[in-house]
Amino acid sequence: MDLFIQQLINGLSLGALYALIAVGYTVVYGIVQLINFAHGEVFMMGAFGAYTTWMLMGSPTKVSVGFALGIMLPAMILGGVLVSVVTALLMERFAYRPLRNAPRLAPLISAIGLSIALQEAVRLFYGRIPGFPDSRRAIPFPVIEGLTGRSLQLGGVTIQFSAIFTLGALFVCATVLWWFVNKTRMGRAMQATSQDADTARLMGINVDRAIATAFAVGAALAAVAGVAHGLRYNNIDFQMGFMAGMKAFTAAVLGGIGNINGAVVGGLVLGVVEAMATTYIPGQFGSSAWKDVWAFAILILVLVFRPQGLLGAKVVDRA
Amino acid sequence: MNRRLAAAGISGLLIASLTLAGCGQRSAEPTAGATQGGGKKIAKIGLIAPLSGGLSAMGAGMRNSVDLAVKQANESGAIPGWELQFVSEDDQASPDAGKNAATKLTGDKDVVGVVGPLNSSVGQAIQPIFESAGIALVSPANTNPSLTKGADLANPKRAYTTYFRTCTTDDVQGPFAAKYLLDQGIKQVATINDKKAYGQGLASAFATAFKASGGDVVGEETINPDDKDFSAVISKVKAAGPAAVYYGGEYPQAGPLSQQMKAAGLNVPLMGGDGIFDPAFIELAGATSNGDLATSVGAPAESLASAKAFLDAYGKGGYKESYGAYGMYSYDAAQSIIEALKVSLKDAKDATSARKGTVEALGKVSFNGASGAVAFNEFGDSKARVLTVYKVEGGAWKADKTEDFK
Repeated sequence: MDLFIQQLINGLSLGALYALIAVGYTVVYGIVQLINFAHGEVFMMGAFGAYTTWMLMGSPTKVSVGFALGIMLPAMILGGVLVSVVTALLMERFAYRPLRNAPRLAPLISAIGLSIALQEAVRLFYGRIPGFPDSRRAIPFPVIEGLTGRSLQLGGVTIQFSAIFTLGALFVCATVLWWFVNKTRMGRAMQATSQDADTARLMGINVDRAIATAFAVGAALAAVAGVAHGLRYNNIDFQMGFMAGMKAFTAAVLGGIGNINGAVVGGLVLGVVEAMATTYIPGQFGSSAWKDVWAFAILILVLVFRPQGLLGAKVVDRA
Repeated sequence: MNRRLAAAGISGLLIASLTLAGCGQRSAEPTAGATQGGGKKIAKIGLIAPLSGGLSAMGAGMRNSVDLAVKQANESGAIPGWELQFVSEDDQASPDAGKNAATKLTGDKDVVGVVGPLNSSVGQAIQPIFESAGIALVSPANTNPSLTKGADLANPKRAYTTYFRTCTTDDVQGPFAAKYLLDQGIKQVATINDKKAYGQGLASAFATAFKASGGDVVGEETINPDDKDFSAVISKVKAAGPAAVYYGGEYPQAGPLSQQMKAAGLNVPLMGGDGIFDPAFIELAGATSNGDLATSVGAPAESLASAKAFLDAYGKGGYKESYGAYGMYSYDAAQSIIEALKVSLKDAKDATSARKGTVEALGKVSFNGASGAVAFNEFGDSKARVLTVYKVEGGAWKADKTEDFK
């Protein structure tokens, strides 16, 4: 029983990480029908942004818990969000907006090119800045006193603080996003644009701004995921966006692409399936090496029997 | 127009970044020796190692050490009438890139011997290429036994006549680790491996020996080499209650694995082979890695009188990167090629015609290298079977026990 609860928690916290990234895919897809394959790199930029913020603060190491949690961590999240959002906005402005009326394939190729360009940019330039570590290898993420490596022990179950952080971040971000999309003018403008961009423009909605906002919102969440990743795995590298992006994309499709709630549910389901498969599928098929196989098998089953994904598309009509 | 400009700008950026990537890698390579000496014939010693990517820390140490050996041979005029040159190729720790590098080296008519590669999986892929070209390949780091003895270890048969290695193998390293743990009173161990030729071979050699000596293997798990999240597999292993975890694989996964193990409350030492014996392991595993263990081939360079000359020369060489786990063995591998060249190049008219003689001479070399006595047995394996257990203490690897393993 302990093992079951332990794997459930492992799965949920891993799934929360997928979900935070998946929301970015879904929001952008919902509004412009574009699979932004460079979104994984936005996540990576967020992690590096947080790391850079820490470097700019003078890379403090032995600090009090209060300073670490009250100033250092918020500053790092803010720095990460800033870098991710700027990256996403530049991306939207220069790589996607010019191609908005081009055939579907053009922005997709543009996205793949961008993803490689961003990886290479970090690989090449990050390590060259004096005092910054070599980015060609994994870089140890800063230790946040009171959070890194700490855990709660409940019976036989270990809950890491980093897992609590990830789940908490998902909860807060999802709530704020729900409020933003449903209760603010800009949120409603985004919904209108996703339903019919041309009609929305005729109604006086600034469609370009609504689309840019969607990119920015997705990027902000990806940056939070980047920090959560750093806290969870204690290291970041320039290639971290690729696999995470793939998993998040899968989560978005699993939940029903274009649907924000779907992305959250899809992410959590994917994480739990991976964790459970490792323990409860017998024989060599249950080894950790097979977990991706089971995750994708679930995806295929869902798509065969419910092509619109677990939650269908309720937030936007066209998905 | 606007759209076209933007597209042109982006493709320009892409091209620029790719070009820069190329330059970046090339500019990092040191070049051995001066330019062509007056009227001397040219022979080249090659290197295949991961010079970029996750394992580049080890690869750079290998490259610098071979560079050093070649420079020294030129300075001392080890082979009269010949100028040695050094060419290094990046295999990115991948068999495919390794094959390209091997084809490039075998296509160079001046290449007479090659040091490398690091990974057993790359070794497997490039052995046939060097065999068909008749060029000697001396690996300082491939530890998978089947590379020399063929797939059927019960009936060993030399697989490739041109392949040699200066390090000991996993069929020695795994049992050595098993013996060490049992000596420490650790009877229950779980193994994890990354399914690569090296990791799988090492973990199974360990498990076999551990069971044979009365130990209990409570779990045998695998992970993917590109995984970052090990929480599920750690929880499963933790439930089996091991007193130590033996990991077959390399430090880019082992470091995070150790860190996540300790964070998940599995406070037992992680032990691995030479693939995790690198400062980068400790960097990635963090402060909780104290007590983690690794076996590595040979005795620690610092403790050996024979290695002192190498360490001094390396220090004076002005190399940016550490010589790493395989520097000493790369240096010895290059030395063994140079020893063979002393015989084969003496009466050769050009480098290509000396290839066959070099392979023959290599089988017979015997000299005192940095790591101790260097000589090869009938399979091309090093005759030395000295191994050391290292332990992480205070954020650094400390030699714990060195033994001539029988």
